Amino acid sequence: MSGLIEQGRYTCAIGAMQSVVAIPRAVPILHSGPGCGSMVTGFFERATGYAGGSTAPCTNSGETEVVFGGEARLARVIEGAGRVIDADLEVVLTGCTAGIVGDDVGQVVGRFQAQGRPIVHVDTAGFRSSNYVSHSTVVNAILDQYVAPRTTGPRVVRPELVNVFASVPFQDPFWKGNLRELKRLLSGLGLTVNVLFGPDSGGVAEWRTVPQARFNVLVSPWYGLPIVEHLQEVYGQPFLQFPYLPIGGNETTAFLRQVATFAELPPGPVEAFIAREEATFYEELQSLATFLLEFRYGLPAYYHAIHDASYVVGLARFLLHECGIVPREQFVVDGTPAELQDGVRAALAATSPKRTIPVTFDPDAGLAQETLRPIRHPGRGLLIGSGWDKLLAREKDLDFLSAALPSPYRLVMTTGYLGYQGGLRLIEDVYNGVLATYA
Amino acid sequence: MGKLNLNTPSAQVREARLGSITGYQGTAGDLVGCARRGELREGERSFSQYLGCSTANAACTVILIQDAAVVSHGPLGCSACFHEFAFTYRVNGHHRGVAQPTQRRIFSTNLTERDTIFGGNEKLALTLREAHRRSGARALFIVTTCASAIVGDDVEGVAAEAEAELGIPVVPIFCEGFRSRIWTSGFDAGYHAIARRLIQPAAEKDPTLVNVVNFWGQDIFTPLFARLGLRPNYLTPYATVQELQESSRAVATVQVCATLGSYLGAALEQRFGVPEIRAAAPYGIAQTERWWRELGALTGKAAEVERLIEEERARWLPRIEALRAQLTGRTAYVTAGASHGHALIAVLRELGLRVEGAAVFHHDPVHDNGAVEGDALQAVVQDYGDVPRYNVCNKQEFELANILNRVRPDILLARHGGMTLWGAKFGIPSLLVGDEHLGMGHQGLVNYGERILDAIENDEFVKNLARHAINPYTKWWMEQDPFHFLTARADVRAH
Repeated sequence: MSGLIEQGRYTCAIGAMQSVVAIPRAVPILHSGPGCGSMVTGFFERATGYAGGSTAPCTNSGETEVVFGGEARLARVIEGAGRVIDADLEVVLTGCTAGIVGDDVGQVVGRFQAQGRPIVHVDTAGFRSSNYVSHSTVVNAILDQYVAPRTTGPRVVRPELVNVFASVPFQDPFWKGNLRELKRLLSGLGLTVNVLFGPDSGGVAEWRTVPQARFNVLVSPWYGLPIVEHLQEVYGQPFLQFPYLPIGGNETTAFLRQVATFAELPPGPVEAFIAREEATFYEELQSLATFLLEFRYGLPAYYHAIHDASYVVGLARFLLHECGIVPREQFVVDGTPAELQDGVRAALAATSPKRTIPVTFDPDAGLAQETLRPIRHPGRGLLIGSGWDKLLAREKDLDFLSAALPSPYRLVMTTGYLGYQGGLRLIEDVYNGVLATYA
Repeated sequence: MGKLNLNTPSAQVREARLGSITGYQGTAGDLVGCARRGELREGERSFSQYLGCSTANAACTVILIQDAAVVSHGPLGCSACFHEFAFTYRVNGHHRGVAQPTQRRIFSTNLTERDTIFGGNEKLALTLREAHRRSGARALFIVTTCASAIVGDDVEGVAAEAEAELGIPVVPIFCEGFRSRIWTSGFDAGYHAIARRLIQPAAEKDPTLVNVVNFWGQDIFTPLFARLGLRPNYLTPYATVQELQESSRAVATVQVCATLGSYLGAALEQRFGVPEIRAAAPYGIAQTERWWRELGALTGKAAEVERLIEEERARWLPRIEALRAQLTGRTAYVTAGASHGHALIAVLRELGLRVEGAAVFHHDPVHDNGAVEGDALQAVVQDYGDVPRYNVCNKQEFELANILNRVRPDILLARHGGMTLWGAKFGIPSLLVGDEHLGMGHQGLVNYGERILDAIENDEFVKNLARHAINPYTKWWMEQDPFHFLTARADVRAH
């Protein structure tokens, strides 16, 4: 995954600045060239949070720092940040300049850590990795440098407590809504849930309870895996990986049963909860079925998605079985590492024994568009992708749903697509888009 | 400043070329005085928030060229915000006669760790070839980044080889972010490359053609210029590669914002003999009329210009008077890039508002043509009097929040994303007008006056937001002098 990329759908390692922004009352401090912050906020848009956006401190490394090193400048900016910004957690993220020059950031930040400052440092030089990857680096740095030193004495295990890791905040435009639904669902099983990011988390106080959880749940095909592996190593917490986004009735029920089995929860209350949720979900679907089956003016018969692996698999399973929209060529553009692609392929192949769903893996989404451009299928089609894809959809006369970054044509606040509730919302969005083309 | 050197691959950054600064507090009059006496001093902030990036500003000069493609030579993140230009291109196309705006072709060489060790030349060559194959562009532009520059890739050499192979202009722009704390240095880098590698000497002049260096505002110049028998050649957004190559055929160049176009205007004059208007951009009545008269003199249309001015006055002055009656005595604060900040101050003062202060992103003592009459801030001070609390501040939100909390103007005028938020958090009506053409000329005062009245009148939203505002700044900070962290540099350089 080191080739050229046209139409970037994610960003470089320092984009994990947004993972910090997603933690209530945390502030990212950039030790980077002057422009990284504006690149990140320009990519994500409308994602300022508590102290991201123009609030984020930065050393603005220039010629002087590149030639002579930027450690002194970094120390001054950290000093100032502590006085100017009221934060519970500070995360220093280094960019390419400091990364290539080789500043000893750990030594500088260590001096502040020794004074008890809740401050963490992490190497996010842009050339090292993508923000999908560095999200885990940031989380592990917080766990090691902030949480671990504040966890003293023998480890207390709270049997009902679980840490959940799912979307990469802001990279998944629906991360807030998805985490909210995950928390609601797992709470419905009787668990207490740490979601760690967003308005439904308890901020740094919640982070400090991470070691107390009995186990971890990862909802992701590959990103985030280093977090739960790290927690397993450090705290002996086992983890359950559900390798795609569970959307709608079937998949959410499957997800909940897996968690319940993994956590050895009593089946009675679990099944009762699932039954209630399914009843609500399928009542809506049955009211809608007449529309789906009879609407005579045209609904999408098939779709393509250009998205990350979690969405590509999750959408396929949901749209085929619960809406009757057939997945055609799919494009995974998240930079899934080669050795993990087979897992994604298998999950997609298991969508239905009746069909093979072609899928390609390449973050070069411009190439994906080139591949897709001449492909034709009978019937009305839908394209699910990012703002980059809107024009292609128009060109090919496909319906279009904006559901990935960058997202210049769609605002997302707390909408989620995960779970029973997310599935219903996705149905609304798909068919409202279709209905909006009439009149 | 002086003569531009268009023979070197890269342009000098503004700090070195123009003696521009990013830190100052005082009055506008004192700042202009310092600049004239050659005593401008850079201020240094010991605490800072992030700035803009030269590579983005360079990209801004080339992404919207109709038939070009752009390659960012760096890690993926160095082009992460470029999709915003693709959006702009689509939504503003109808202003510029581009009815079917095409997809912007934006590539990244996606440099990784391995490339920082072994170099990224080969990857750049491959990307250029592939960008050419996919896009069929008439020209390829390369924008450099911190990583490609520090690693030391031979971008100039790779571009030359690609140009020979592909048979289209392959133009490298050296605009890595760490070189300058003035992100508009990226504009200069882009125009330097265009002037050095793309624009051709004119075989013959077109006496009706006037270059307008601009962003992507509404086409106000076509109808205005038509009254003089002239027509605008908009540079560089929505131009074709060929139109850029032939911009040397114009009889004059005008700026809508000298912060943007300083370098291109000077390059067109110095290398291609296209004279550039010296007068600062036409904001406020006095400056507007100076500007028209200079354009008239330059293009042999002096009589037509006098008629136009008379007609414009007759048409707009009564409405300007009416707006003044409603706005006189109101207070305002301005935050914007340099020239446009000065323009906004002129508009506000012309409309009778009191400008309580300004946070302007940098200050150029003069632009590349070296003309003192092009100093828009000097014109503002001379036309309307001094401006107190004039702060040169490169988008440091913490200073802005602190100042707005003290000044509490009736309206905040901003011209950069993210800056209106702090007006709104204090319940101050805040206005960001994206179209820099909206305030130009006589009519511009009416346009702006109406927008300002509208913002002041309809303040329920900001008042409500203020009641629920979240403030990440400490109580300590809000009580400090806003320039607590700003100190004069030890290595003072006088210009």
